Amino acid sequence: MNYKMMGKFLSQILIVEAGFMVPALLISLYTGSRAAVYGFGLSILITAGVGALMYYFCRNSTRRFFAREGMVCVAGSWIAISFFGCLPFVFSREIPNFVDALFEIVSGFTTTGSSILGDVEALSPGIMYWRSFSHWLGGMGVLVFLLALSPNGERGKGYTMHLLRAESPGPNVNKLVPKMRTTARILYVIYMVLTFINFLFLLLGKMPVFDAVCTAFGTAGTGGFGIRNDSIAGYSPYIQNVCTVFMFLFGINFSCYYLLLVRHVKEVLKDQELRLYIIIFVVSILLITFNVRGLYGSWEETIRHAAFQVSSIMTTTGFASTDFDLWPGFSKALLLCLMFVGACAGSTAGGLKMGRLLLILKNLRRNIRRILSPQRVEVVRMNGNRIGEDVLNNTNTYLAAYGVILVGSFLLISIDGLSMTTNVSAVAACFNNIGPGFDVVGPTCNFSVYSWFSKLVLIFDMLAGRLEIFPMLVLFSRSTWRHK
Amino acid sequence: MKIIIAGDGKVGLTLTQKLSAAGHDLTLIDSNQRVLDSSVERYDVMGVQGNCASMRVLESADVKKADLLIAATSSDEVNLLCGMTAHGLNPRIHTIARIRNPEYGKQIFTMRDVYSLSLMVNPEKQAAREIERLIRYPGFLQRETFAKSRVEIVELRIQKGSKLCDVALMNLENVVKCKVLVCAVSRGGVVEIPSGHFILREGDHLFITATAEMLTQLLRNLGIITHKAKRVIICGGGRIGYYLSTWLAKEGVSVLLIEQDEARCEELSGKLPPEVCIIHGDASSQFLLESEGIHDCDAVVTMTGMDEMNMIISLYAQTCGVPQVITKVGHMENNSMQDSLGLGSVICPKELCCNTIVRYVRAMQNTTGAALTLHNIAEGQAEALEFVVDADTKHIGEPLRNIRLKRNILIACISHGSKTEIPNGDSMYEAGNSVIIVAKGGMTLLQLNDIFE
Repeated sequence: MNYKMMGKFLSQILIVEAGFMVPALLISLYTGSRAAVYGFGLSILITAGVGALMYYFCRNSTRRFFAREGMVCVAGSWIAISFFGCLPFVFSREIPNFVDALFEIVSGFTTTGSSILGDVEALSPGIMYWRSFSHWLGGMGVLVFLLALSPNGERGKGYTMHLLRAESPGPNVNKLVPKMRTTARILYVIYMVLTFINFLFLLLGKMPVFDAVCTAFGTAGTGGFGIRNDSIAGYSPYIQNVCTVFMFLFGINFSCYYLLLVRHVKEVLKDQELRLYIIIFVVSILLITFNVRGLYGSWEETIRHAAFQVSSIMTTTGFASTDFDLWPGFSKALLLCLMFVGACAGSTAGGLKMGRLLLILKNLRRNIRRILSPQRVEVVRMNGNRIGEDVLNNTNTYLAAYGVILVGSFLLISIDGLSMTTNVSAVAACFNNIGPGFDVVGPTCNFSVYSWFSKLVLIFDMLAGRLEIFPMLVLFSRSTWRHK
Repeated sequence: MKIIIAGDGKVGLTLTQKLSAAGHDLTLIDSNQRVLDSSVERYDVMGVQGNCASMRVLESADVKKADLLIAATSSDEVNLLCGMTAHGLNPRIHTIARIRNPEYGKQIFTMRDVYSLSLMVNPEKQAAREIERLIRYPGFLQRETFAKSRVEIVELRIQKGSKLCDVALMNLENVVKCKVLVCAVSRGGVVEIPSGHFILREGDHLFITATAEMLTQLLRNLGIITHKAKRVIICGGGRIGYYLSTWLAKEGVSVLLIEQDEARCEELSGKLPPEVCIIHGDASSQFLLESEGIHDCDAVVTMTGMDEMNMIISLYAQTCGVPQVITKVGHMENNSMQDSLGLGSVICPKELCCNTIVRYVRAMQNTTGAALTLHNIAEGQAEALEFVVDADTKHIGEPLRNIRLKRNILIACISHGSKTEIPNGDSMYEAGNSVIIVAKGGMTLLQLNDIFE
């Protein structure tokens, strides 16, 4: 293991994180909330200080960096940014309990959006901004950000591929252009521009600037931290519709946007994953609209709420425009299923991802055919390209690991004695990075009912869900740390 | 620059390594996904799986925006088609194709025009050329020519009891009685760009710059006999063996070629000049070598398909007292071992071919400022680069003793028009001159001004 190299990475990430806390500090200064200023000031000093110290000790590192280092580095840096990111909450005493603060920030960085706060509106603006900003940063990934910043001197090294693979979601991660740095920049530029457009649309709906910024961050990262206790429900129908559309857009694979930019429209239109995404989206809206008819005054309202909730759950955002916990059983079941499906690979969303689902289904179909005629030879293809057996194998392994963690965490948090619906939906909501579940953890409630132990389990779930399981498993696997 | 490499084999991989280290945007095309994956994992490059001659695959490698395409698949025909297709899709693109079938050798220039290729490389032919040069000028391990062949960099090993042992470089001229410059020394596998206080030891590999006439003088003064080889044994009748024996036979050298495969022997006997003696047999057999007179031949070249076999035959030839032994290796991975074995000259076709291509890329990158030619010396641990001095270059007209260069960099040669000078402290350069810089590997010298402190 190349500890020095990893330390250098980590130190750079911490310094970047400290830099990102500065706007929050300025907002706190502007609004004059003394506790928050103190919280951010101290956190910035500690984060930057630790980062600088680590950088000093690890400055002359070698470049020997392999898959193992990449995985551990990604998992380690996410834990580190979460640890340092929760310090402002603790120091400002707005979320005094450390586990609660950690839960909140992990929920932020992993773009989950589950909160332990009963009264969100009581937070000071600086803290609220930091909470929402963590969605934005976590959505595309901190390491990808670092790769975009990396100096041109870091030439010709393929190790960055391990970092991108570990941090961006999807079964088959590829670069858009030959250079990693350029790829990371393209991704971030698309991300920033889309976020900004979203922000403008929200402003047009007469949303206050601060609310619009935080909501845009929450939508872009498909996070879902609301800035009001009733999430988006209190805003105008126009704003709700803007959110629906942009949540949907942020659930699309970002390489589709790149392909559109370089005028490869045909490839985008023929993308099987995108097609499946749209089909599931439309069909779910129709089914729910039909199921909840009569609950709302008009068809317009019914469709709006159905579309909003489907978009929010499917892209694993977790905003709510209405209390969907009051919906009939079928709609709730459908939403629960959508939680597992998630949106497209290569987007900011969580869940299993459309691409992976497609692979699993195609592989399933192939294997059923093979049972019928054992001599049959067939390769799995996606968008006309052959998918390698190792990718399929990986996808199946992923599914297995996914199931094990899901069941394991469900069992562990059930110790607290809450209802089955609550526990299942809580694990599903955290593991798939959605946010609200049903029943006690429903859209109008929060996760504060759980014990600290369950919260730690859910923190692990959120991180595992965001990093696609393997980095977290690798971090806790014995063979990673054994000396070769 | 945006470069597409088609064919991720031995040459493709070496090129990927060299070109990605130089900071180019590389896209690899190969039909084998596994090979691509391992390259993408090791280097900052993109991989496209498929047939490199297909338009769809070339388009998905973004051929329309690429500056250069290097076709290095195992098949000549695919390489040609790939280059042609790429040119059709993007008329601006430069194409390099690897063509190795000797049957195309005669039509190579016509083919270049017909298929609008910018450069054709033939690793085997190049290797044969290199070996031929070594046989014609024995005494040196490696030779590289610069400045339109007026300057050479040669590699020389200090043998036990040589005059050069324990000589400080500043006294070198008194010992060898001619003007040469030691531009790099490899000691125990580590390369150093030496200063005047450096003391030479037995076993050092010296890289010496000198003009062609000085070299002959150097050899004579050092007591290294340079008599022309008259009898050469070539083990292995592959493509290199074919080229080499043709050329050597043309010069009146008596060539004995040993090949294991009978059919190939017959084929060669049909193609090679009748003076070449072709033996069907196992070159690793001591009996065969002895009966064919290994003890009184002037040079042995081993180039069978297996590196291990080549090394062992070379070692045996050395124990038999053959004055010059040249070994071909396919992979350069086990470099340090070769040196400890004392194999003498080692030739790696893959490496030679890649150097040619990298040189082309450098030349393409920028005609002013950037290096005209680039040679890797001491197994890539040092580089010799040729630059043209232009008006923007610093320190024009100042004596070299007043110019402070970065560490491990040395000006090895200055060419003023037709005159070539091995510089000393009083030398200076003018705009329009070309200079050769020797630098330790790993430094990125994009332009001449990069060498100054």
